[in-house]
Amino acid sequence: MPLKIKVNNVVSTVDVPPDTPLLWVLRDVLDLKGSKYGCGIGQCGACMVHVNGVPTRSCTTEVGSVAGQAVTTIEGLSPDGSHPVQVAWEQIDVAQCGYCQAGQIMTAAALLSKTPNPTDSDIDAAMSGNLCRCGTYLRIRQAIHQAASAGFVSQK
Amino acid sequence: MRLNRRSFLQITALTGGGLALGFFDNPFLWAQGAPRADLSPTAFIKIAGDGTITIMARAPEIGQGVKTMLPMMIAEELDADWSKVRVEQADLDDRFGGQSAGGSTSTQGNYLPMRRVGGACRQMLIGAAAKRWGVAESECTTAPNRVVHASSERSFGYGELATEAGALTPPSMDAVKLKDPKDFRILGKPHANVDIHAIVTGKPLFGIDCKVPGMLHAVIQRSPVVGGKVKTANLDEIKKLPGVRNVLIISPAPNSAGPADTKTEPGTAIAAAGMEPGVAIVADTWWQAQSARRSLNVDWEPGPGAAQSSEQFDKNAAELMTAPPQNTLRSYGDVDGALGGAAKIVEATYAYPFLAHGTLEPMDTTASYKDGKLEMWTTSQSPGGGRSQVARALNMQPSDITVHICRIGGGFGRRLQNDYMVEAAWLAKQVGGAVKLVWSREDDMAHDGYRPGGYHAFKGGLDAKGKLVAWRQHFITYGEGQRYVSGGAMEAVEFPSGRVPNYALFVSAQPLILHTGALRAPGHNAYAWAIKGFVDELATAGGRDPLEFYMEMLNSTPVPMVAEAGRRGGNDTMNAERLKGVLQLVAEKSGWASRKNTPGKGYGLACHYCHAGYFAEVAEVTVDARNRIKVTKIWAAGDVGNQIMNPSGAEAQVHGSIVEGMSQMAQEITLKDGHPQQSNYNNHPMLRFRQAPQIELFWRMTEFPPTGLGEPALPPVLPAIANAVFAATGKRIRTLPLARSGFSFA
Repeated sequence: MPLKIKVNNVVSTVDVPPDTPLLWVLRDVLDLKGSKYGCGIGQCGACMVHVNGVPTRSCTTEVGSVAGQAVTTIEGLSPDGSHPVQVAWEQIDVAQCGYCQAGQIMTAAALLSKTPNPTDSDIDAAMSGNLCRCGTYLRIRQAIHQAASAGFVSQK
Repeated sequence: MRLNRRSFLQITALTGGGLALGFFDNPFLWAQGAPRADLSPTAFIKIAGDGTITIMARAPEIGQGVKTMLPMMIAEELDADWSKVRVEQADLDDRFGGQSAGGSTSTQGNYLPMRRVGGACRQMLIGAAAKRWGVAESECTTAPNRVVHASSERSFGYGELATEAGALTPPSMDAVKLKDPKDFRILGKPHANVDIHAIVTGKPLFGIDCKVPGMLHAVIQRSPVVGGKVKTANLDEIKKLPGVRNVLIISPAPNSAGPADTKTEPGTAIAAAGMEPGVAIVADTWWQAQSARRSLNVDWEPGPGAAQSSEQFDKNAAELMTAPPQNTLRSYGDVDGALGGAAKIVEATYAYPFLAHGTLEPMDTTASYKDGKLEMWTTSQSPGGGRSQVARALNMQPSDITVHICRIGGGFGRRLQNDYMVEAAWLAKQVGGAVKLVWSREDDMAHDGYRPGGYHAFKGGLDAKGKLVAWRQHFITYGEGQRYVSGGAMEAVEFPSGRVPNYALFVSAQPLILHTGALRAPGHNAYAWAIKGFVDELATAGGRDPLEFYMEMLNSTPVPMVAEAGRRGGNDTMNAERLKGVLQLVAEKSGWASRKNTPGKGYGLACHYCHAGYFAEVAEVTVDARNRIKVTKIWAAGDVGNQIMNPSGAEAQVHGSIVEGMSQMAQEITLKDGHPQQSNYNNHPMLRFRQAPQIELFWRMTEFPPTGLGEPALPPVLPAIANAVFAATGKRIRTLPLARSGFSFA
């Protein structure tokens, strides 16, 4: 049965079973490849998107549950990579392989929209659900502080 | 995923021989393949009329930074304006020479050849300008992206000269004049990853993002026990599931020779060599293929691997330790005599587990088969080796196989094995079209080429002054006779070999039916932990400071290697002065001499030499009443020669090595009835954000040729932390993972 979902402000009709993980609808139906498959069980956060602004693991979210909600993926975080978190990620040169970074950025952006000046322990709490196999954690922390000090403005 | 090739005025005929390295004797250089005399640098540089320079990155990018660093080397000697440089990933092509990633070899294997490519191109641009001006080439110089004739105040942009430069005879590569490194503008300065913008905006870059028109998606349910095979499976039921196009039982390949993919009966196909038997499901989408597995019922014939368990491995090892050793790797002096006369004897046994690689991007490859030719998009660290393997397995000519190298979501040695390439190619041929194979995380954990586990029984003797006089080590690994599993061999030169007056290193092996292979700093990631932990035990027993204890060994005249029965490995290439140098540097920077160990807080030191690099590290830890370890800080000092290529990338490699080393302390793969018991990141955990320590890194610049950083910073962090935990608690960590010694990371 076709479902209507709104991703990055575009409403699409997708013909998939409602229990299909949102991640695979994004990647293989809507061709939005930024959200990544890492574990499939909500352990690594590489698939992180926002649902109504809340960081959400798309690998364990059934597509049927987000009908009528606003889904934002890394492709929709900003039109051109100008979101302060993306800018800071570039300036600090955070990525190594880069595979987890879309998920890291989505989690960090959600943190800063609620907590514009996070402490180290705020950052620890927010970011510990996102794994980085390459070990870029130190630069992620630095980039979040930099995005915060650059004057993060909540994007609605 | 095809590269978008714009139309360029290309500098052509930039050929020349003499690219053999010759300056560096490195046992790990195998990973690059032999330097090719017929390397054709014309493949590397394209200059457009507007001065845009496209540089081809030849090696696979697995997060180690080569897609940025190798083009930096070319751009430096080309005297390019980096802001006008575009980097493209090269396809697999003989014109680029070695195209693999492994063994921390990219720096030493590329530093001269890539610079010569850039320098030769610069010389041709100068030649073109001099000709136009009618002046001698020697009167011309370059500024970024320009050839300058200073005395007449004239200059041309590189773009204006590209066509004429391309028509010139290229200089001999041997004759290319290279810059004095003190004049470098690009190398030695931090440069951001060339893909960083595409990464932070979620562009399709990785192998898993590949999209080919009409492609199908595949998963393979492999035998849960390595070496097992399918007796029967409910194929007819699976074929009826939504989106499923094809279901195939993969029967074992009889051997690597002969017809690899002859169909036998309907629904059954014989695996190509290098594939594991199982059931392949091909569907319209990956999720349909993956979902179909939930309905799959397979009756497996598990084979002899089912008798294996970690418990049995431990028992076998304990028996082997007390039995006479099977082989002697090195023995000199009189160990037993020296132990008999020692003032103090220390004995300890260290054990560590099998580990999975767990690259965040799972194994994947897309393959398209048409008219007897294959096109592949892969995530291999050794795509050339993979192509040869595919060619052999499918009885094809390598020239009929095109390989595109995608950005890779982590390698760590896993992708030196190319099983997924063979599988994808085989599937594409079976279905006669394009197939993207993506392993699930559970597939990856259950079918890795694991870092092999092992055991070390140590006995050391100290004299009355606490000097190490005897070292006896019995290594228990996996293998048969003197053939050891991949990643499970040890070399006779491993420290402290040659630095102790009486020394013996023995090895015994137990059989194994499991794939094993290299994991970042293979061998060293385990041996450094065991050996440097035991060195710390000896220093403590002798009432010595570990730093001073190391210095004493490193100051001794090494016992030379001579031909001995059973000896493995080459000559001892370690330079003791360089290891001493990083030890002194890290001691100074961490305030080692004035450290204060108190109950619950401690400092540990370790050093290691591998992959031609030297690192010493100090760990600061706190341990709470429930034995939870918080690593608060790591000081690291490294010596990789006279030039850091990209300080941003270099620091990232050290951060990554330290974080990965910590992950390795908490992970294990165990077997029960031949089944790996861990399935995903919940039970094979990697270090999380809040657990990462502060890291302070210091470089010791020396006069030696520059070497790589993918691996050498990793091994010392494990023993540094274990030794710090002892300083804080009085308890030794002699068994990994930490949980088996009663500890965890907070």
